[in-house]
Amino acid sequence: MYDILKKRFLAPDICLMEVLAPRIASSAKPGQFLIVRVSEVGERIPLTICDYNPLAGSVTIVTQQVGASSRRICALEEGDAFVDFAGPLGVPSAFIHEEDEALKQKKYLFIAGGLGTAPVYPQVKYLHEKGAHVEVIIGAKTKDLVIMEEEMRQVAKEVYVCTDDGSYGFKGLVTEKMKELLDAGHTYDQAVAIGPMIMMKFVTLSAKEYDLPLTVSLNTLMVDGTGMCGACRVTVGGQTKFACVDGPEFDAYQVNFDEAMRRQGMYKTQEADADHKCRIGLKNG
Amino acid sequence: MAKIQANRIPVRSQDPAERVKNFEEVSYGYNTEEAVLEAARCIQCKNPRCVAGCPVSIQIPQFIKAIVEGNMESAATIIAADSSLPAVCGRVCPQEVQCEGACIMGIKHEPISIGKLERYVADWAKENQFSTSEKVPSNGKKVAVVGSGPAGLACATDLARAGCDVTVFEALHKPGGVLVYGIPEFRLPKEDVVEYEIGQLQKMGVTIETNVVVGRTVTVDQLFEEGFHAVFIGSGAGLPKFLNIPGENLNGVVSANEFLTRSNLMAAYDPESETPIYVGRKVVVVGGGNVAMDAARTALRLGAEVVVAYRRTEKEMPARIEEVHHAKEEGVVFQLLTNPTAVLGNERGWVTGLQCVQMELGEPDESGRRRPVEIPDSTFDISCDVVIIALGTDSNPLIGRTTPGLEMNRYNGIVADENGVTSREGVFAGGDVVTGAATVILAMGAGRKAAKSILEFLKIGIL
Ligand SMILES: Cc1cc2nc3c(=O)[nH]c(=O)nc-3n(C[C@H](O)[C@H](O)[C@H](O)COP(=O)(O)OP(=O)(O)OC[C@H]3O[C@@H](n4cnc5c(N)ncnc54)[C@H](O)[C@@H]3O)c2cc1C
Ligand SMILES: Cc1cc2nc3c(=O)[nH]c(=O)nc-3n(C[C@H](O)[C@H](O)[C@H](O)COP(=O)(O)OP(=O)(O)OC[C@H]3O[C@@H](n4cnc5c(N)ncnc54)[C@H](O)[C@@H]3O)c2cc1C
Ligand code: SF4
Ligand code: SF4
Ligand code: FES
Repeated sequence: MYDILKKRFLAPDICLMEVLAPRIASSAKPGQFLIVRVSEVGERIPLTICDYNPLAGSVTIVTQQVGASSRRICALEEGDAFVDFAGPLGVPSAFIHEEDEALKQKKYLFIAGGLGTAPVYPQVKYLHEKGAHVEVIIGAKTKDLVIMEEEMRQVAKEVYVCTDDGSYGFKGLVTEKMKELLDAGHTYDQAVAIGPMIMMKFVTLSAKEYDLPLTVSLNTLMVDGTGMCGACRVTVGGQTKFACVDGPEFDAYQVNFDEAMRRQGMYKTQEADADHKCRIGLKNG
Repeated sequence: MAKIQANRIPVRSQDPAERVKNFEEVSYGYNTEEAVLEAARCIQCKNPRCVAGCPVSIQIPQFIKAIVEGNMESAATIIAADSSLPAVCGRVCPQEVQCEGACIMGIKHEPISIGKLERYVADWAKENQFSTSEKVPSNGKKVAVVGSGPAGLACATDLARAGCDVTVFEALHKPGGVLVYGIPEFRLPKEDVVEYEIGQLQKMGVTIETNVVVGRTVTVDQLFEEGFHAVFIGSGAGLPKFLNIPGENLNGVVSANEFLTRSNLMAAYDPESETPIYVGRKVVVVGGGNVAMDAARTALRLGAEVVVAYRRTEKEMPARIEEVHHAKEEGVVFQLLTNPTAVLGNERGWVTGLQCVQMELGEPDESGRRRPVEIPDSTFDISCDVVIIALGTDSNPLIGRTTPGLEMNRYNGIVADENGVTSREGVFAGGDVVTGAATVILAMGAGRKAAKSILEFLKIGIL
């Protein structure tokens, strides 16, 4: 069992938890994720590692309630525990292989959509500690849904907040803010976009106009997360890759987003049924 | 000598019409009376061919004799000397090409039902709480076992018997490897058989740590730093192969591993489970091995109509004969000499069918099986809404890539000799990760050989 040490809501449907998982805390790297189960009958749910503290043996996760399983996660309280907490999984971000000296010379732009702010945080923090120059665009529907802005300001040179409705910061989409920065002559060695698949697709299209090198982190469906099932497969550069072991981060320009978005919806009908337990799959086709 | 009984004592099984609606075990196995009668058919060869056919050389005539004499404890003890998972092997070994295939009775009559007898003894031992496993005093050596499939479990058993302090590290949340995530409940009951066997191991003092992905959570080098004196790797061959044909990423195409993992490990067939599974109305399973049969029969039980498409003929199918027989009884349709060329889909990206070509058998290939060759202009479509790919698996490269000095082959398997010795001192390996996808009994045998090598390496006398 993996105890929940701390829990708080960052936004009405988004909660942050610190969980005791010493093995993961001491081996986690930026860009990696883990898989949790809430109960003996629970699904295996992938979540990004949003922070880790090897000394305390704790790992931070941020969960957005979107369906049955994520709701169960957010319903857990301090003192409760996850039955399973496995990781770290996936390939760490490419920049961890770069020399400190090289990173000091580099400029990064992170584009975080909604909940994507949470997975961006450990990467920005790592780069900041290595002395890199990092700017972050955070996008959200409305002011209440902007998360982790304060934490991000501690580690980023610049934080630009955008809201769709203009209730806070720049009014508009992250892609518009990104174009504005680039048009104003800002340059970056590398950009990283994390958020909903559709947002990553549009960031990719926009960034292409500027030849900006871009990495995305794909949140495909997953079952085991260890390379055993192929549920997470995506087409990257015309080849089938497993997001859980070959990714989750990929070169944005190689990703077939339309296919990835379609595959995410594979179990939608069933998930909609999840609450009334009519789900042995007999007549869902 | 008494008259030879030519035919086997038939084994009772669930009625096909009933069993396609449930996940309970298909074969009931023998009761005591049936087992004794079947055992009495064995002519107790002086030079038993059956033993040579068993990859772990179980003393078959001896345990069969003990059954005839009604001495089940002795039968269980004889089997335990060579096998640590008899309830599993008795159920899933491809006996027709191993012990039973070699049995002398099979030349003129039906071979002895060795597997069913082995299963009977193992089930008897469980029911009567006759245990051959107990905790022995520690010898002070710590060994890490990576992977809790048959290879890891067998290795751990022998090491624990010799007094080693053994920890098994498993990536998934439940131990058992393919026994829990792959082979379905109706062939191998999880609670009664697999969990019980694992419980026996824990009784012997073996610790099992789940949710540890070696190579990620902890590396092999870190295990040595943690104080382990030797490491056994039995991480299996879990990476599914795909066909690399157009349409393979359409919604509705899944690997057999995904389909079976959802159904078995995640118990998606059980309404209590939260994991979804999609079976559609008509399923085509591509492949002809045990994995294909398991996927087909699972889909059938979840309510679909099922076709198995295999590119050779039934004779070449690698699946156990019993499974093919059961699948047919249950209503799986076999479409043989059929090779898929594309998955067809609708404008929303969902599967609508499988495009195939008709094959015929040509010259034998390296494996000695006749190679299937395409008949020109024979393309045809099978309509379906789900395609399950069951073409076999490769090894996961994770451990190899994160363990410096560990030699790997070009299939990402680990290179090890017949005693499980790898290129890295103190690191041993066996099972599917070394041989590629094989069988439970071979993996178990490899685990045991490696245990012997580990004991030699640690300079511990073998019991
Ligand atoms: C590598 C990786 C990292 C992730 N990190 C986080 C994280 O840090 N925090 C977090 O809250 N979520 C994260 N996710 C997504 C999270 O796993 C899903 O939101 C969760 O599985 C949904 O489960 P559910 O049962 O609550 O919702 P469901 O009932 O399964 O789905 C509800 C809705 O969400 C959609 N959906 C389902 N799965 C996903 C998915 N993987 N991505 C996007 N939409 C999905 C469904 O199509 C449906 O519309 C990550 C996913 C991956 C693969
Ligand atoms: C559906 C199916 C049906 C089959 N039917 C039969 C049958 O009827 N008869 C028969 O004899 N054989 C059958 N087989 C084959 C047989 O199950 C395998 O040959 C056997 O299980 C191999 O054992 P193993 O211990 O080498 O590996 P596995 O059983 O694959 O176990 C390996 C374990 O290691 C774990 N692991 C992997 N990587 C790591 C890591 N990095 N860190 C920690 N743990 C890790 C895996 O999660 C897994 O639990 C079948 C296989 C399948 C898939
Ligand atoms: S272990 Fe398998 S091959 Fe050996 S006797 Fe038992 S069933 Fe036959
Ligand atoms: S070969 Fe057949 S008959 Fe002979 S000992 Fe073995 S099981 Fe008995
Ligand atoms: S989630 Fe199963 S292979 Fe990636």
